[in-house]
Amino acid sequence: MPQLDPSTFSPQLFWLAITFVALYLIMWRVALPRISDVLQERQERIDDDLQKAEQLKVDADEVLRSYERAMAEGRAKAQQVLHQGAEKIAAESAERHAALGEKVAGQMAEAEARIAAERDAALANVRSVAAEVAAAAATRLTGAEIPAAEAEAAVGASMEERG
Amino acid sequence: MATTGNSPLHQFEIHTLLPLSAGGTDISFTNSAAFMLLALVLSTLFLVLGMRKRALVPGRWQSMAEMSYEFIASMLRDTVGSDGRRYFPFVFSLFMFILFGNMLGMIPYGFTFTSHIIVTFAMAIVVFLGVTILGFVKHGLHFFTFFVPPGTSPIMWPLMIPIEIISYLSRPISLGVRLFANLTAGHTMLKVFAGFVVSLGIGAGILPLAFVVALTGLEFLIAFLQAYVFTILTCFYIKDALHLH
Repeated sequence: MPQLDPSTFSPQLFWLAITFVALYLIMWRVALPRISDVLQERQERIDDDLQKAEQLKVDADEVLRSYERAMAEGRAKAQQVLHQGAEKIAAESAERHAALGEKVAGQMAEAEARIAAERDAALANVRSVAAEVAAAAATRLTGAEIPAAEAEAAVGASMEERG
Repeated sequence: MATTGNSPLHQFEIHTLLPLSAGGTDISFTNSAAFMLLALVLSTLFLVLGMRKRALVPGRWQSMAEMSYEFIASMLRDTVGSDGRRYFPFVFSLFMFILFGNMLGMIPYGFTFTSHIIVTFAMAIVVFLGVTILGFVKHGLHFFTFFVPPGTSPIMWPLMIPIEIISYLSRPISLGVRLFANLTAGHTMLKVFAGFVVSLGIGAGILPLAFVVALTGLEFLIAFLQAYVFTILTCFYIKDALHLH
């Protein structure tokens, strides 16, 4: 077996030591720091991006919350305006209703008063007409001239008697 | 053992490419050294060129470089914990060196330096001595309590302590031999069955050829798996040294 030939040992060991030490130094000083730098850079970038994304999410949540708050406020305001409008309308209509009632009552009272006056006038007319008619009838029947005042008094007494 | 060009063991032979010596010691540049150098260069290029764009969203190559980093980093984190970070460059270099050594060995006419016991054993010894020194530095003489499994009654100590010491001392042997034996056996078997293809010729040779194809796939798996096993065992040894039990 060529592996067991001791004359090959010393050159192999010598070159093993040279190459392995060289490899170790290159790996330690050059190759590995480069890789770890790149990996670390990437990790930092990823962490940074994650952090940024988190910040953006927080911002978006804040915006959403304020939007919702504004929405709720608007809704409440609309409700209030609606309520106020309804109240105003109700008050106005009640007022108008009251005014109308008053007006109608006034007109009715006026009309009643007018009717009473008319009736009184008519009644008074009826009395004088009745007196004239009675006087004329008496004149035709008796031929006697009855003074108007007397006829009126007689008619008044008669009317009083009948109610 | 003398081997001829057709021997399945021929592939493990060391050829001197550039004879060198220092203080009477032979330090010639051999095919083994050439492949070690190739593993060094390729693994460096793989990582450095893969990361040259430093892209935030990695391409395929950069993904692979990052994946190998994450693979070993998570292995170390899961076994040792966060205080294992300091040993990450060593563990990572070990993984890369063995992985590239194994994979380069899969190239036809290539050489697998991890199939040489002296290489695997040297790496295992470095790991073993490293974690032992680490254990003593971290815990002082208290490190010896590692050889007393927690929960054993003192009556059992005379039996348990030698067993624990033997198992501890056998770590570098099992670590080194596992890698060497797997690679050597796999490559030898590939060569043996490839030899059958030639000797059986067209016709019956199709069977060993199919077997060689399947075996090549298996060998790629083993090449990765043995690098992984060597590395994760190193992680476990570091964990034992840092946290004792």
